[in-house]
Amino acid sequence: MNRNYLLGDSIISPLGFNTSENIEAVRNERSGLKLHNNSRFFENGYYAGLIENKIIDTEFIKIGKPELHTKLEKLLILAVNQVLDQSPALDLKETGLVISTTKGNIDQLRNDLSPIGSLYLWKMAQVVADFFGFKQKPIVVSNACISGALAIKTANDLIGMGRFSKAIVAGGDLVSDFVLSGFQSFQAISDKPCRPFSNDRSGVSLGEAAAAVLIGPGDQENQEKIAYIDAITANDANHISGPSRTGEGLYQSISRLFKKNKIEATQIDYISAHGTATMFNDEMESIAFDRVSLNQVPLNSFKGYYGHTLGTSALIESILTKHSLLKNELFTSLNYSEHGVSKNLNILQKNEKKELGLALKTASGFGGCNLAMLLKKER
Amino acid sequence: MMSKELSIKNSLIIRESRVFRNGELIFEADQGLSTTKFLKKVYNDQKLKYSKFFKMDELSKLGYLGTEILTNGSIEDKETALVFANSASSLETDVAFAQTMEEFPSPSLFVYTLPNIMLGEISIRHQLRSENIFFISEEFDPLLFIDYTTALFQQEKVENVLCGWVNLHNNDYDVFLWKIANSGGMEFNEEELKKLYLPTHE
Amino acid sequence: MSDLHTELKKSIIEQLNLEDMEVSDIENDEHLFGDGLGLDSIDALELIVLLEKDYGIKLTDPNQGKEIFNSVNTIADFIEKNRAK
Repeated sequence: MNRNYLLGDSIISPLGFNTSENIEAVRNERSGLKLHNNSRFFENGYYAGLIENKIIDTEFIKIGKPELHTKLEKLLILAVNQVLDQSPALDLKETGLVISTTKGNIDQLRNDLSPIGSLYLWKMAQVVADFFGFKQKPIVVSNACISGALAIKTANDLIGMGRFSKAIVAGGDLVSDFVLSGFQSFQAISDKPCRPFSNDRSGVSLGEAAAAVLIGPGDQENQEKIAYIDAITANDANHISGPSRTGEGLYQSISRLFKKNKIEATQIDYISAHGTATMFNDEMESIAFDRVSLNQVPLNSFKGYYGHTLGTSALIESILTKHSLLKNELFTSLNYSEHGVSKNLNILQKNEKKELGLALKTASGFGGCNLAMLLKKER
Repeated sequence: MMSKELSIKNSLIIRESRVFRNGELIFEADQGLSTTKFLKKVYNDQKLKYSKFFKMDELSKLGYLGTEILTNGSIEDKETALVFANSASSLETDVAFAQTMEEFPSPSLFVYTLPNIMLGEISIRHQLRSENIFFISEEFDPLLFIDYTTALFQQEKVENVLCGWVNLHNNDYDVFLWKIANSGGMEFNEEELKKLYLPTHE
Repeated sequence: MSDLHTELKKSIIEQLNLEDMEVSDIENDEHLFGDGLGLDSIDALELIVLLEKDYGIKLTDPNQGKEIFNSVNTIADFIEKNRAK
């Protein structure tokens, strides 16, 4: 099969309204996580990465009517719009749109519970597709917190099947009362900005963001670009919310991915881990990485910058990994204090310049799902 | 790259208080029963003993029951991939959770506010540590299943796939499950899938 | 058996959807988690909600739950000492 690449991209988050603003913020160790007091579920406030409606509308008014769309639709449209701007020659008749989201427009679920159309994830995706005039029906992947990377795999596989020649993968999720109160009922929200892999971690911080990336064959020769090599998912078959104590599903997804692609752990230059900063998740990841002998590979979690952006997180992290590979630049795992998982890991504690070629992206989520993906720099 | 023909091995439908296996009516309850009551009747009729069933939300119950009946309670190939989709995601449970938000948000409802939890339930029941994906589309989209599943076979990642359309909205459920393998059944194409999904003799 | 014990067993069965169980199936000193009744981490979270909803007790440290939710006896003791309603 011909290889597909991660081409133009966009990240819209509290750290910036395009990818370069986001990378600049990450490089300067800025976090989008702030204390907010606007939720009745948190007496003392909560830390999260929120994007103000006003700022979104200021940007959105340049391309559309803000009053016609929900907050998430605007974020997704802004992200897709930037990718299209970067690829003016793209033929929308042959370009797919793959949307990744867990809860979509869940902030529109009203107290009177009257069903409204925008709550259907397929409808939200159609709104985004119609805004630009995509000819094919958009595809929606909703598979908990691995959705963002699974949508990249989906785009790659469907291009391989000839369904479209290229595809834009766009992901988005919001910080709503719905997810805040849900994670709070799980006692999973940290009272400080989240601290992935640290001994003083106490749960997640949530974040909202949208991102988009164009997936397709690379048309520019002799230019470094990032190839999607492969991705494999595996279920823990253990518990619907608690991560496996043995890291079984994550271990299976990574080891099968390595075996299938004839890769050894020593060939991996960098791991973009999931690292949500819950006690059990980070511990589970350390066990899985240890089982595949990835202890020495430089690793970070981006959750300290963005919080957990749910269906967007693995997509944003894949885009950041792409830029890390291209720029030979690794970013510190923000908010890491003292080692807090049972296995030895090489967690990045400062930004580093280093020749990079092959990266592993992992993600895990509710429902016991896990995903491992290989991204590689090619010329 | 292989180009073997894929085939549909078995199929199952649950809708309008009836259960069909390979086109044959195997269970029927009174029309107009609530989803919960109907599902419990199917559970009892199948003589299932799985206490986790009662903890599931209705969407997961539909997926669990469909899988038990389709596979006679046994999936031999533990690498059987799960490729599922629906239209309403977990909206029914989203609404139920939102109601609890007013007073005490319920963790046991919140966990079911993702459609792929059903895949976790099926994986736990059958100890499948396999490929999972959950798509959302307006209506049953045979070509999406065909394309994604065929890619899994072409990349030699699977030898068996359990596909499922499991939708639940406003007490209206629509379940269509089928197995895909390299040989031994009907041809895996759009026309056959459509015929199985909406039989004309109905 | 006190009224509180019976009341607790009823709520546990109802709140945790232990559909195939009855009050008489749960012993006062039976372990609720592990090899006893086999409850899991989501059940523990739901028991925390139950304490707050029915007895006005707010539990913020999840580790505290381990001892309190050992058995119906331990929950009943904890409620007697801490109840706000």
